[in-house]
Amino acid sequence: MSLNIIVLAKQVPDTRNVGKDAMKEDGTINRAALPAIFNPEDLNALEQALRLKDANPGSTITLLTMGLPRAAEIIREAIYRGADTGIVLTDRALGGADTLATSYSLAQAVKKIGNYDIILGGRQAIDGDTAQVGPQIAEKLGIPQVTYAEEILDLKDGHVTVKRRLENGVETVKAPLPCVVTVNGTAADCRPRNAMRVQKYKYAASPSEAAALNDERKALLEKRPYLNLQEWSAAYVDADPAQIGLPGSPTKVKNVENVVFTTKECLVLDNNDAAIENLVIELINNHTIG
Amino acid sequence: MANFYTDNPDLKHHLTHPLMEKIVALKERNYTDAEKFDYAPLDYADAQDSYDKVLEIVGEICGDIIAPNAEDVDHQGPKVENGRVTYADATQVNLDACRKAGLMGMAMPRRYGGLNFPITPYIMAADIVSRADTGFENLWGLQDCAETIYEFANEDQKQRFISRVCQGETMSMDLTEPDAGSDLQSVMLKATEQPDGTWRLNGVKRFITNGDSDIHLVLARSEAGTKDGRGLSMFIYDKRDGGVNVRRIENKMGIKGSPTCELTYKDAKAELCGSRRLGLIKYVMALMNGARLGIAAQSVGVSELAYREALAYARDRKQFGKAIIEFPAVYEMLSVMKGKLDASRSLLYECARFVDMYKVYDDIAKERSLTPDERKESKYYSRLADALTPLAKGMGSEYCNQNAYDCIQIHGGSGFMKDYACERLYRDARITSIYEGTTQLQVVAAIRHVTTGTYLNLINSYLEADVKPELQSVKERIRVMADMYAKAVETVGKVEDQAYGDFMARRLVEMAGVTIMSCLLMNDAQRNDTFRRSAEVYLNLAQAEVTKHAEFINTFAPESIAEYKL
Repeated sequence: MSLNIIVLAKQVPDTRNVGKDAMKEDGTINRAALPAIFNPEDLNALEQALRLKDANPGSTITLLTMGLPRAAEIIREAIYRGADTGIVLTDRALGGADTLATSYSLAQAVKKIGNYDIILGGRQAIDGDTAQVGPQIAEKLGIPQVTYAEEILDLKDGHVTVKRRLENGVETVKAPLPCVVTVNGTAADCRPRNAMRVQKYKYAASPSEAAALNDERKALLEKRPYLNLQEWSAAYVDADPAQIGLPGSPTKVKNVENVVFTTKECLVLDNNDAAIENLVIELINNHTIG
Repeated sequence: MANFYTDNPDLKHHLTHPLMEKIVALKERNYTDAEKFDYAPLDYADAQDSYDKVLEIVGEICGDIIAPNAEDVDHQGPKVENGRVTYADATQVNLDACRKAGLMGMAMPRRYGGLNFPITPYIMAADIVSRADTGFENLWGLQDCAETIYEFANEDQKQRFISRVCQGETMSMDLTEPDAGSDLQSVMLKATEQPDGTWRLNGVKRFITNGDSDIHLVLARSEAGTKDGRGLSMFIYDKRDGGVNVRRIENKMGIKGSPTCELTYKDAKAELCGSRRLGLIKYVMALMNGARLGIAAQSVGVSELAYREALAYARDRKQFGKAIIEFPAVYEMLSVMKGKLDASRSLLYECARFVDMYKVYDDIAKERSLTPDERKESKYYSRLADALTPLAKGMGSEYCNQNAYDCIQIHGGSGFMKDYACERLYRDARITSIYEGTTQLQVVAAIRHVTTGTYLNLINSYLEADVKPELQSVKERIRVMADMYAKAVETVGKVEDQAYGDFMARRLVEMAGVTIMSCLLMNDAQRNDTFRRSAEVYLNLAQAEVTKHAEFINTFAPESIAEYKL
């Protein structure tokens, strides 16, 4: 059975390699100092999608991303690894969106794509760490959601079986299609880029990127239609202006602080069970544990 | 998050050598494939960009997957059960990554599903893979065998087998037998023709790398009653047909992830590859030349890792109040390691380009007849490739052993423990100067290029080119070495005694080798200033080597060979 798979992905600043100048004085991220990368857990999601495609020949994977026009980079990256096509949802009006506005905008884009069996995405993005966008999209589309997925065990008869990685164990759940599955970083790593696909798709470009190309490269895009990546605007996905970007975002960031943990006090316990028990009770009472 | 390609700018230096433009234009038939295949390059810049991007994938897989797996693979190794080999778990992961990345059949034409890469970037991938895991380089690098099928098998066989290799099936070359090692003329494995035109193989092979592969190239005796090489033919055995079992795998000192198998053939169905009787004298020779270049690349990869491990340790380790790299005894060792690494890598890629040049003409000759100029050029490069292959393999593998030795030495007592990668490296390095022809046999292959003057002519052609002023003294010193070498060849040639000639052969071949490598580093420095230091350091070593050998030859009375004979 061939599937229409949507993978949600985000281009994020590489917060894993943070240097001194990663944050500006006002507490916001200095995007110029951090390389933009494919959000790591979205790559885990892509791998699950690719496995579904391997098991169900004829399936197509569409990468959907919202961001700046340069986010086309991660679409190429996904295509190199086996995705079929991709869409950048990009518009000035979408800027400054919180998770509510983002999930609304992406849900609108999903509706525009229309025909889908399963939507996969990373659990969360490393720049915001909210893990809210995937579940909110499911809510807005009115379809089930499976979060913290580690592996898609099975997909048949209109249902998907998923192993979830929870804090204290694993859980296997079954959900009817279509549904949203958000994938954990503990899931299998994404396969490497494929040498042949890299050579085939390296000149793929979105309309904004194409505008800056020389005539020779533009001619190539015309000659090879599959090299044209799609760019959608807010209006194109019929988004209500009041629900997108800053106006659609109730979350207001008041302040971002750089918190450095330091040891302030030191407690030496007596070498007996009672002392340890007292400490545990104290930690439970002040909500450090439990 | 390591990338073994992008962290080593020397590789790109070799990839972008001026001769590549011609190689790629020929290989791509002036970029006409772009009309037929959507992943073929549009022009030279596009082709270079593709090599760069694909090598980046190789570098990433090597840095992130294969290298971190190397220790586990070394500990676990493969096992054999019921005649079948199971790779170490991590080897399976490595292979899976290479397959998904489409890195099998890299040098095969696009019509069979290959990437149509010239030998040079393919060999560069081998160099990178070997740095990550020397033993794994064998399993991956046996895709080389597809080259033999491409050159000599019929079209139907090419369609059936090469496309499978490009999809990721592995290969092996089944040559050695218990009584036929270096002397392959003694191969006994019996091939019997059937009425339907297929063949049956019966007998035993030994020391077969990746002997449980999907597709085997087998050397067997097709002409009953013959005893020499002219009775041997090449066969293709498909594992899907069955009939070949693995009796045992060897317990080796190094490259433990690469299963070395003893095989039994029991009425194994096989098909003839090429013509009867040409198995050894033509096909195995071609196969071996390819394999030797592969081992040369493997050696350079090991040298690279040895140098990096030693350098990192020497910077980190403090004794007597400072990092040990501050001590002349240590930094000299490191610089010489780098010099040998750079020299052997330059020789490797010079050789790879020469192989590319003649092979691409061979391939074009299948489509149309070559012009007289092309034929001349093809012959010229074929000869040079033939001359440089045993040098690259022989000297490159000796250097990698020396570098692995020095890598442990720099680690001191810690290097003798199992805690550092250098001990694995030392064990892995050891085979490179043995398999695919020992260093001694590389000398046998190289010596005729000493006597016929191929090496000297090549050296002289390098010395004809102008160099920048700061390299003038380097060039003059190389000229002195070349003169010493020419004189030594003359001295040895005057004595009409085969044993004496054989006795001196390695010295002469090494003199030629170090002089050629000095020239190549001079050329590298001419193009890229970062090679200046290695050019100077290596030259000091090379000149001392040439002088040493010359002195030995000059003072040696031919009759004193008797003192050595046991």
